[in-house]
Amino acid sequence: MPKDGGIGASTKRREDVRFLTGQGNYTDDINIAGQAYVHFLRSDMAHGRINAIDTAAAAAMPGVVRIFTGADFEGIGGLPCGWQVTDRFGEPMQEPAHPVLAQGKVRHVGDPIAAVVAETPEQARDAAEAIVVDITELPAVVDMRAALAEGATKVHDDLKSNLCYDWGFVEDNREAVDAAIKGAHHVTTLELVNNRLVANPMEPRVAVGDYNRATDEHTLYTTSQNPHVIRLLMGAFVLGIPEHKLRVVAPDVGGGFGSKIFHYAEEAFCTFAAKACNRPVKWTASRSEAFITDAHGRDHVTKIELALDEEGNFLALRTETLANMGAYLSTFAPSVPTWLHGTLMAGNYKTPLIYVNVKAVFTNTVPVDAYRGAGRPEATYQLERVIDKAARELGMDPIALRRKNFVTEFPYATPVAVEYDTGDYVATMDKLEEIADIAGFADRWEKSQDDGKLRGLGVNCYIEACGIAPSNLVGQLGARAGLYDAATVRVNATGSISVMVGAHSHGQGHETSFPQVVAEMIGIDPSQVEIVHGDSSKIPFGMGTYGSRSIAVCGSAMVRATEKIINKAKKIAAHLMEASEADIELKDGQFTVAGTDKSVAWGDVTLAAYVPHNYPLEEIEPGLEETAFYDPANFTYPAGAYACEVEVDPETGKVTICSFAAADDFGNIINPMIVDGQVHGGIGQGIGQALLENAVYDENGQLLSGSYMDYAMPRADDVPFYVVDHSCQTPCTHNPLGVKGCGEAGAIGSPPAVVNAVIDALQRAGKDVSHIDMPLTPARVWAAMNG
Amino acid sequence: MPKVSMTVNGKAVSAEAEGRTLLSSYLREGLGLTGTHVGCDTSQCGACVVHVDGKAVKSCTMFAAEAEGAEVTTIEGMAAPDGTLNAIQQAFQDHHGLQCGFCTPGMVMSAAALLEENPTPTEAEVRHYLEGNICRCTGYHNIVKAILAASGQDVSGIAAE
Repeated sequence: MPKDGGIGASTKRREDVRFLTGQGNYTDDINIAGQAYVHFLRSDMAHGRINAIDTAAAAAMPGVVRIFTGADFEGIGGLPCGWQVTDRFGEPMQEPAHPVLAQGKVRHVGDPIAAVVAETPEQARDAAEAIVVDITELPAVVDMRAALAEGATKVHDDLKSNLCYDWGFVEDNREAVDAAIKGAHHVTTLELVNNRLVANPMEPRVAVGDYNRATDEHTLYTTSQNPHVIRLLMGAFVLGIPEHKLRVVAPDVGGGFGSKIFHYAEEAFCTFAAKACNRPVKWTASRSEAFITDAHGRDHVTKIELALDEEGNFLALRTETLANMGAYLSTFAPSVPTWLHGTLMAGNYKTPLIYVNVKAVFTNTVPVDAYRGAGRPEATYQLERVIDKAARELGMDPIALRRKNFVTEFPYATPVAVEYDTGDYVATMDKLEEIADIAGFADRWEKSQDDGKLRGLGVNCYIEACGIAPSNLVGQLGARAGLYDAATVRVNATGSISVMVGAHSHGQGHETSFPQVVAEMIGIDPSQVEIVHGDSSKIPFGMGTYGSRSIAVCGSAMVRATEKIINKAKKIAAHLMEASEADIELKDGQFTVAGTDKSVAWGDVTLAAYVPHNYPLEEIEPGLEETAFYDPANFTYPAGAYACEVEVDPETGKVTICSFAAADDFGNIINPMIVDGQVHGGIGQGIGQALLENAVYDENGQLLSGSYMDYAMPRADDVPFYVVDHSCQTPCTHNPLGVKGCGEAGAIGSPPAVVNAVIDALQRAGKDVSHIDMPLTPARVWAAMNG
Repeated sequence: MPKVSMTVNGKAVSAEAEGRTLLSSYLREGLGLTGTHVGCDTSQCGACVVHVDGKAVKSCTMFAAEAEGAEVTTIEGMAAPDGTLNAIQQAFQDHHGLQCGFCTPGMVMSAAALLEENPTPTEAEVRHYLEGNICRCTGYHNIVKAILAASGQDVSGIAAE
């Protein structure tokens, strides 16, 4: 049993108290004396040429401080892209400029044309309406295939075409894969759409820029998952502010799911305008604005082919994907359909030959970037759907077909360049069959039948690459940043500890789980440990939270820093007890000399470090504060098996989720309660993708589902209680905690389970339906049943 | 600008408000009660739910002036004066019914209104009642569980802790 508050304990979250009492400190809660408000005039057309902007009337409106247009940003850097993909011919991707405010053209609905800074939000909005923009509408490029057609209108006039890159992976496998598919006993082919989603954290984005003319210091308060990434990108590449003059603070952040990783124009604008206006400048997105400015997710169109032999062994896999980049390259957009997607196409299976082709396409839509899972849900969905289809075509049980092809020996080097260190896919599938009561499905199907409902069972596996990532590896793959993380452990004189971490908590509960680790290592109460995050002026240069990396990467840095602390504390303890350092042991907050009854308490040692009267000053420095940077040796590979049961109403096509079970292997676990919660939330989002959510553009590039009236967010009565289990644990072999990360698994693993279940329900009812594209709305399901 | 007066969390308050000022803005900007959150602009998300004269109201859907003279309770008024969480708040912490915390004030206020109307709701009744409150973090599992627990029902049989 885990000890109270240590590793493995479901410690209740300390941050909850402030959130439950209305005392959270979100960015929109920050108001600085004298602040002005900005309202962005945004393009209402998807593609247009700006001929002139007349701000004279608007500038004369009450309360207007200043109006900015693209002209004010000439000579200032555009928003940078953090990842350069090299195409299959060895050429770099096409990389367009991304101005802070539109220059010359608008390229998606929501592209900012001008910004009004005024005394109140209402005055800013009123004045923005008075700006006259002379704009020539251009044909909008929305559909990806049309965008790639010969003679298509170009989103960026200075690029060769709308093709960002044509990526092949592994290019050397291409011919062998083609040959294997050509000669195979059976090939299952599936064309599918991974629907475009909007991340929709409940807190819309906010930015508050502040500038101190006396010290030339800038501060940006922003809704970010990674304040240091923003400081680096915005300071170095956009505004040219040296890091020591730029502080970026991400206080309490109301969810991110990827969409708050990226550096956005509004952050740069508020920082710039605060200096230009010499007063604080605040921007708060409306939800409508969030829909047309937050980076979207997914939006892939894929053809996948799986070749099998007579026994059902996987022989080869080939995929062709069109990936929508939107109008500009968001911060990490190019990496999502490539390195975060192609490298996962082996899944949990020993397919010997794999070739992935991805064409990334510019369109007149909101930029697309990482959303919970980022590339891995797209990989999992197509793979687990095609396996299910293959099983049905071959008359095999879908679970048996999966089991037959499982990777069973580790480490396992896939044909797509990654090496799984540990895993046990048989164990997670066994566990799933148990917790989902797969054996009892037939009885439940009968009962549904009696109720006039079509019941179906969908099962799938998933694997993800988390803990992103080894810096030297991602550097070779095109990342323009390192992906280590950092922690500083500051022990105070009386023994309490502040841990400053590069990871950012915006729902993940780091303030509770991270202290569990430090407390366990030293043997003190977790209440003596606090976590400080989110302020670049307080924390070491870490890369933030995304890709399920916080505990695996930043947690490892924290362990390393704590180890340094313990090593130094042992030296001090040895001095105090006049013993050899080698004989000092630390247990339950007491230093002892092995084989004796001598001991000193943790607090005695920490006090000695800061009041070094009796202290080995000639050997070690006073104080007790250590920093560690941790760069992982490999990704981590959480994996699992998911099952969904649905009922389809044959009259309406409405799908009801009857049950959902998840058996995950996250390696070691710090706080099981928090891990459960992460999986629940991911499943909720995955069910949303599978049944409800869709960012739909019309042919003119207008976002039709641009509010909660139209974009169907999952609500409490759309989902059941989930059954989750993470008792299968194969610890990661290359980080000190043996952890793998759990933040994205639910969102990666759940969509195929839902779709597989609906197809199963329809086929059991004798319907000749082998695929329906997400979201599986009643209209789509009904049409498929009756088509 | 006219002043609007009401009682908020048991205290008489007064602040300037334009005719178009929403109750949510009045609470947040006028009174500095930033626990009430604004997550959308179509009255869908429910992060801004407060109680007005005992009824759950989306405060982004009501003008401040309409609440003139009303008794308003916000999330800041839910815990005891000494800071002790009330039963619903405590259940949310006990059952991990929140993650990022942004929807939480609205969830707690809606849950309180539900349990006032229906002291022992079924799971289905809880889920139905929460249709107007969107959470993006929890998949609702632990929110529903927390509300059932706050109503005094045994939730030990609900999978996963």
